[in-house]
Amino acid sequence: MPENLKVGERPRNYELRPKSSPDGSLEGDMLEVSMGPQHPSTHGVFRMDVVLDGERVVKLKPVFGYLHRNHEKIGEGTTYLGSMPYTDRLDYFCSLTNNWAYALTVEKLAGLQAPERAEYIRVITAELTRLQNHVSLVGFLLQDMGASGTPLMYAFRERETILDLFESLTGARMMCNYMRFGGCRCDLPPGWLDQTKQVVDEFPRFLDEYEALLSENEILMSRTQGVGCLSRDLAVNASVTGPMLRASGVNYDVRKVDRYGIYDRFNFRVPLGDHGDVYDRYMVRILEMRESLKILEQALRDIPEGPIVDPKAKLRGFRPKAGEAYGRIESPKGELGFYLISDGSPKPYRYRVRPPSFINLTILEDMCLGHHVADVVIILGSMDIVMGEVDR
Amino acid sequence: MSAPMLGQGILKGMAETARNFLGSYVKDDRLVTVQYPEERRPQAEAARNFPFLVYDGGDWQKGLRCVACLICEKECPPQCIYIVKDTVRKPDATGKLQFQPKVFDIDTSVCMSCQICVEVCPFDAIKMDVEYELSTADRFGSLLVRKAQLAKPNQYFHKIHPAEAAEVDARLGAEKAKAEAKAKATPAAAKAA
Repeated sequence: MPENLKVGERPRNYELRPKSSPDGSLEGDMLEVSMGPQHPSTHGVFRMDVVLDGERVVKLKPVFGYLHRNHEKIGEGTTYLGSMPYTDRLDYFCSLTNNWAYALTVEKLAGLQAPERAEYIRVITAELTRLQNHVSLVGFLLQDMGASGTPLMYAFRERETILDLFESLTGARMMCNYMRFGGCRCDLPPGWLDQTKQVVDEFPRFLDEYEALLSENEILMSRTQGVGCLSRDLAVNASVTGPMLRASGVNYDVRKVDRYGIYDRFNFRVPLGDHGDVYDRYMVRILEMRESLKILEQALRDIPEGPIVDPKAKLRGFRPKAGEAYGRIESPKGELGFYLISDGSPKPYRYRVRPPSFINLTILEDMCLGHHVADVVIILGSMDIVMGEVDR
Repeated sequence: MSAPMLGQGILKGMAETARNFLGSYVKDDRLVTVQYPEERRPQAEAARNFPFLVYDGGDWQKGLRCVACLICEKECPPQCIYIVKDTVRKPDATGKLQFQPKVFDIDTSVCMSCQICVEVCPFDAIKMDVEYELSTADRFGSLLVRKAQLAKPNQYFHKIHPAEAAEVDARLGAEKAKAEAKAKATPAAAKAA
């Protein structure tokens, strides 16, 4: 405790202090503001220590760790199967893609192969997850921009239909815990495919509506175009992945690069941006949803009958042989990877997550410098972070 | 192409909002809010919340399917299950001598409803409940659910998950028939030998 602090006087979370640049060109004071951790626009308990020169950002330091839950250490202390429900809680919007990434890694480690039908179910659920993640992202982004309520409520109305599908398939809306090593937990309930087809058929209507609502809105364009530009080189050097990287014009999608699962069978395009600004990130997500719908249509048409679990997979007493594996997928937020080392025991020796949100967050300062505080909020909003995944 | 008139995009968006608002008076699919608690949506067949123990027959202490094998306790990721195995075997619903749990507690404040206990149970003894209005006035005591509260009859299981319960009953029945046939065949074979 500092000596000059009197009893009853609390340290404040900001301070005013005069600063001047060495050459004397800068006049006036700088303001250091701590945005967050309890701030409605920070998408969770995230703090930004911002130094402001008037309204402009001069320096920005992201501070995180408020939601640290020891995920990786817990993973080393529990069985392979026991970590599966914990992966739901990484990026709690996209539990099914998290499950898939983890199951894919363990399958690599143990040499299991999911049967055809399970692979199709995985693609369908992952693309539905991508839809509902992007839908809520654009809703939140517009909410951050000041479009209070309406766009977010429209987005959530649509997300709800997808969450209902998840509930009837997995039993839970968000914490699905559905994938298993070498397959899926249970088969599709009767009528599920028809319901999904109906949702997929109605989704373009919503996207058209959303685009009519906002994509040509002059206020939206002036708020987002040219704001928070991320250059192609910086994006590549900072190992940014996902829609953020593609909005900067880099053609890199793990679904196309790795062709994990059965993604080589589907015909879809990867939308790319030109400028890498907030508007491009918004548009890339809208276009990605249209591509996801294409994948879903093909997968729903082609899904075969058959078993859903590899007969070699064991639920109890699962011990993969010693070795290591890295599995990655294109989660809605970017490249989500798991790295596991097995020593032949029922628990992994090392369990490591490569979370896309965390790595995308590292270049926040570079995008925000020189912009207004109000722009920092939407730049952060366009990055699509989830603190559950950043802090783990 | 000439530039669009300034404000055209905003007007287009406003029209969309108006269409949604007015549409809610004519079309039911635009009304998505459910007035809970007066109105409740039906739950999905697969819905899950917290686990419970299934018992056969009329007496919950006698009829518990659980044989205290401790597999669920070991596999539970957040380790919210606490079991003490009984020291003596007691007859179960069919009269067969079995070990039973002396203590079976689930701390629902820790449980994360992942359903892994249900999957690993070899005896179909633990299943997921669908009860969701579970708020209590005190913080810890009422959330620690004891064996007596956890035990629920097989009929209840049939009520909440009809398809799964029917499948479980068919499987258990087939296993029982197989075991009986084997038990019948063994003395006959012994006699023949």
